[in-house]
Amino acid sequence: MRKKYSSIRNASVHLRGIPDGKGYFGEFGGKFVPETLMHALEELETELKKALKDRKFSEKLGYYLREYAGRPTPLYLAGRLTEKLGGAKIYLKREDLAHTGAHKINNTIGQALLAKKMLKKRLIAETGAGQHGVATATVAAMFGFKCDIYMGTEDIRRQGLNVYRMKLLGARVIPVGSGSKTLKDATNEAIRDWVTNVKNTHYVLGSVVGPHPYPYMVREFQSVIGKEARSQILKLEKRLPDFLVACVGGGSNSIGLFHPFFRDKNVRFIGVEAAGSGLGSKKHAATLVKGEIGVLHGSKSYLLQDRDGQVNIAHSISAGLDYPGVGPEHSYYKRIKRAEYVAVTDRQALAGFKLLSEYEGIIPALEPSHAAYYVSELAPKLKKDKIVILCLSGRGDKDIDIVKEHLRFE
Amino acid sequence: MAHRAIYPRTGLEKKRDKEMNRIDALFTRLEKERKKAFIVYITAGDPALRTTERLVAELEKAGVDLVELGIPFSDPLADGPTIQKASQRALSKGANIRSILHMVRSVRKHVRLPIVFMTYYNLLLHYGLERFVMDAKGSGADGVIIPDLPPEEAKELIAISRKADFATIFLAAPTSTKARLKKIADKSTGFIYYVSLTGVTGARSRLPQDISKNVGDLKRITGKPICVGFGISTPSQVKRILRLADGIIVGSAIIKVIEKNIGKKDLYKKVSSFVSKLEKAIHGK
Repeated sequence: MRKKYSSIRNASVHLRGIPDGKGYFGEFGGKFVPETLMHALEELETELKKALKDRKFSEKLGYYLREYAGRPTPLYLAGRLTEKLGGAKIYLKREDLAHTGAHKINNTIGQALLAKKMLKKRLIAETGAGQHGVATATVAAMFGFKCDIYMGTEDIRRQGLNVYRMKLLGARVIPVGSGSKTLKDATNEAIRDWVTNVKNTHYVLGSVVGPHPYPYMVREFQSVIGKEARSQILKLEKRLPDFLVACVGGGSNSIGLFHPFFRDKNVRFIGVEAAGSGLGSKKHAATLVKGEIGVLHGSKSYLLQDRDGQVNIAHSISAGLDYPGVGPEHSYYKRIKRAEYVAVTDRQALAGFKLLSEYEGIIPALEPSHAAYYVSELAPKLKKDKIVILCLSGRGDKDIDIVKEHLRFE
Repeated sequence: MAHRAIYPRTGLEKKRDKEMNRIDALFTRLEKERKKAFIVYITAGDPALRTTERLVAELEKAGVDLVELGIPFSDPLADGPTIQKASQRALSKGANIRSILHMVRSVRKHVRLPIVFMTYYNLLLHYGLERFVMDAKGSGADGVIIPDLPPEEAKELIAISRKADFATIFLAAPTSTKARLKKIADKSTGFIYYVSLTGVTGARSRLPQDISKNVGDLKRITGKPICVGFGISTPSQVKRILRLADGIIVGSAIIKVIEKNIGKKDLYKKVSSFVSKLEKAIHGK
């Protein structure tokens, strides 16, 4: 048996030609950036390819993931939640238990190791909810990089805890007051910084978005979620799950979970976007459900935009999902119908937040609360022998102040 | 102009002026007159399309050789604060491709200088590449510069533009490798936009030392005109760069003058007098 599992774990999930040599997932992806960055992207791609083939690199990455980030994270059977919903068995992939409290650390460790190889002295990052900012500041502290984090002023207001954490970790948090004052504009500013300081700076993009090779690289680093989940469920249930459910902002925790199951045709992928105040309102962040194809932040993908092609301002209670773009691999999964995408409102996400808190003793971040709500609707419709894996991408401490505004106790 | 003799522009000089497009005709004329091109960027619709229309005419009168009109985008990631703000002002008044093309059609009736658009790829993609090139050409524009579109991603746009004799001007940067410079030079028509520094647009008090060397490297690769932009705002900066380049592009510095004088009667006068100083430095009067 043991041999079988290890061979499954090592089974290559690399999809030949996805992305292709130019960074395209079907018609999505590419490199739409100022010329100044093209050489840096080429250099990054070369280093990444070398690293992914290099046993020493993967050993080093594995070491830090295990000893520093605390992986593997558990795949936990949510017994009481399963019982309460009365349908499919629900497993939680506990990314909230990874160091810094979210899956973001998987990617920042990988990118920091690459930045070291490229002899960069400084890391920059954009952040929405602050989780990626914290994860970047964390590896910067651990490996000894200078670190600047761009964050929208609206997000600084609503994610104060993470702002303070980044400062404690020695990073500078640079407020961005332009445009939406959220993740989109923080990303613009980070790209502008990178264009200016490209010679000594590595841009640690936090999601499966941006120009090639970022969507590919971040997927490779986040795939540890799905690889672990796959071998864990095989050990626990002796079979593959029926559904994978994860929230989608830029889409890194969901791609990380989905990708290693790509060839398992009977495993259905469900990506849950933020419907904000409702899909009928203009206040949402449901890019795959409601967007059209466009180019933002370096790649072609679905995009929330107006009649003229100007980028719309997204809205979500969750700063991590509050983004008008989405990773090109998700657009590809949608196009080839490999994944389904749905949207959950702010109010429903709060219900998901309460549900996990009250029935499992786990206070989730608002981002995976969207996915949790969707599971609460899905599971009761399924037979008891079905299995659902929910990616619990982060813990909820950072969101307490926002939730306080909405959920009150006597 | 010795470098011209060493690196002749292939074929161009054989064409008669009549069949030549406005940009090629401009550089051919400037070469004959041993002059450099003075290119000005302004954001269309900042603060209003009427203002832009009159500004283009004033710029021509002040001796500007080519005007770049920015089509404002919500997320201009190659631009610094000055052009970001100009874009916001234009967008808040509702400027879009359609209204800007309409304005250009009207301005074309009384100006002769080449006009090229500068904008971000999503706007063109959304409008439709072929439709954009046809409509832009039809309105009297001569080419397009797209800072977030490297030549690798521009195959379709290049094919459409060639058929319409519409210029595709690509950017070269201090970080471009020799292989990339070759590609950029090969795919550019009209001229090549050399980005003077690693960074976004916006006036700088100091420019990098390596501009001349880099422009020289590019000269050895191509005979196409090379114009230098980003960060340039003063006559003394202009003089330093001019020795090797075929033209100078000034944007943010002029937009600052516009910004300061919005709603004032002498906006045009202020812009003209600022532009005239640069014009003297470039055309060497």
